[in-house]
Amino acid sequence: MAPVVEARGLGLTFDTADGPVQALANVDLSVGRGEFVSFIGPSGCGKTTFLRVIADLERPTAGDIRVNGLTPEAARRARAYGYVFQAAGLFPWRTIEKNVALPLEIMGYSSRERQERVARTLDLVNLSGFERKFPWQLSGGMQQRASIARALAFDADLLLMDEPFGALDEIVRDHLNEQLLELWARTNKTICFVTHSIPEAVYLSTRIVVMSPRPGRVTDVIESTLPKERPLDIRETPEFLEIAHRVREGLRAGHADE
Amino acid sequence: MTASAPIAASPTASPATLRRLTDGKALPIAIVVASIVLIWYGFTVYLNAPWQIGLYQRAGAEWTASDLVRDTMAQERPVLPAPHQVVAEMWKTTVETRPTSNRSLLNHAWITLSSTLLGFAIGTTLGVLLAVGIVHNRAMDKSVMPWVIASQTIPILAIAPMIIVVLNAIGLSGILPKALISTYLSFFPVVVGMVKGFRSPEAIQLDLMRTYNASRTQTFFRLRWPSALPFLFTSMKVAVAISLVGAIVGELPTGAVAGLGARLLAGSYYGQTIQIWAALFMAAALAAILVALVGLAQRLVMARMGARP
Repeated sequence: MAPVVEARGLGLTFDTADGPVQALANVDLSVGRGEFVSFIGPSGCGKTTFLRVIADLERPTAGDIRVNGLTPEAARRARAYGYVFQAAGLFPWRTIEKNVALPLEIMGYSSRERQERVARTLDLVNLSGFERKFPWQLSGGMQQRASIARALAFDADLLLMDEPFGALDEIVRDHLNEQLLELWARTNKTICFVTHSIPEAVYLSTRIVVMSPRPGRVTDVIESTLPKERPLDIRETPEFLEIAHRVREGLRAGHADE
Repeated sequence: MTASAPIAASPTASPATLRRLTDGKALPIAIVVASIVLIWYGFTVYLNAPWQIGLYQRAGAEWTASDLVRDTMAQERPVLPAPHQVVAEMWKTTVETRPTSNRSLLNHAWITLSSTLLGFAIGTTLGVLLAVGIVHNRAMDKSVMPWVIASQTIPILAIAPMIIVVLNAIGLSGILPKALISTYLSFFPVVVGMVKGFRSPEAIQLDLMRTYNASRTQTFFRLRWPSALPFLFTSMKVAVAISLVGAIVGELPTGAVAGLGARLLAGSYYGQTIQIWAALFMAAALAAILVALVGLAQRLVMARMGARP
């Protein structure tokens, strides 16, 4: 099956006032359908930039990237992905259901279909009953869940998530991680997930991409041997700790290069 | 403000009522207003005394301090009329005069108000349209703002007669030329506020619209416009007040026969200071009402948009 994301020799250089900054250098990576791939690395390693390139929010300056076999721009125009940002970014003047309906309005879904999809995706993220609330009436974790529902509403097969739980506390984060896995299993989507938490990356992913900065590049790709069914306490098993150890080694190796 | 008098007079007021008054805004406001009125009376005596004393001397009359105080507050054309004279004049020209009469202050206020509102409406629309252009078009972004700012450095008193004369020459008269002077003043805060408002969405929100492949129109109506609404109302509060100033200024050079500006002008021709002050207070009251109405509209709209109560 054709990969969902395929990057070859991808590079991106930002022109800044202090001269050019190489955010990505020579990245080769392919993400298959149904995979859950985490990108992990210290800040400045280009993990967010890579996600933004997939989403056509940044243009690469070297190499080639295909999303569903298309250029990122064509894929974006075809509404190939849902993007979840670091902050929920809900529109404060819209109720939760109206926020989730936003992409559907823009994409021209009928009002009946909008209602049906909003109800379904809110149920998927366990927010049924909060349709008429405004964002400020919800906790941070619930807001982030609403923003995930918004990204899911139009049924894109690819979900891009940029440190979606980074601003939340440990307990909420655990809970959301569990729910995200459940959602992934149910919807069979391809997920690219940026994080700087090792346990989060190991717990969620089928594959972990370790990146390092200056220039931003991929230093290691680790296949997870964990089963698809993952209760939270899997994080205490030797297998889990072994993978976490490999990720940590990979991050350290990236740093040692400097 | 009004409730403080009974408290002072009545010993039966409950402690709770008293606390509500001292904790709230009523008492401080009442104190400030009372002080202003007191100082005003002081100046009334002080400023009107020379003319009054001259009068006594020419008549060769005996006079006492209490005569002087009483007479300085009852002159027909005082340098500074006493507050109660202004209140009496306002009462006479609003309540005791038919609103349709050209001696009615309400009639004059309405004439000024109508051109204020017309000018404000045109000015706000123009301001919003210019802001939309500036935000969406690079050429306009670079070129329009300096002109907008330059337009406001010209003293309105200098340009108002020219606007009236030019418009009259092309056959425009009546309410519109006056309204256009209001427009000239009121579009400015709206442009400045709305450019900032349309640019207020966060990068995340704009990126989000991009991931949906939203058109510029969709982004405008679903993101930029709602984000800019708080800025619009704040700008409109300033705009409506200076619209009123514009309408009054517009009545000055035209020899307008009606309106608060005409009333001010006529008052100064004939030394009718009481009439001038009454017109001034009417203008101030009008401005306060207009600003309060915009504030009310803001509260209603923001409540509908789910603002935190």
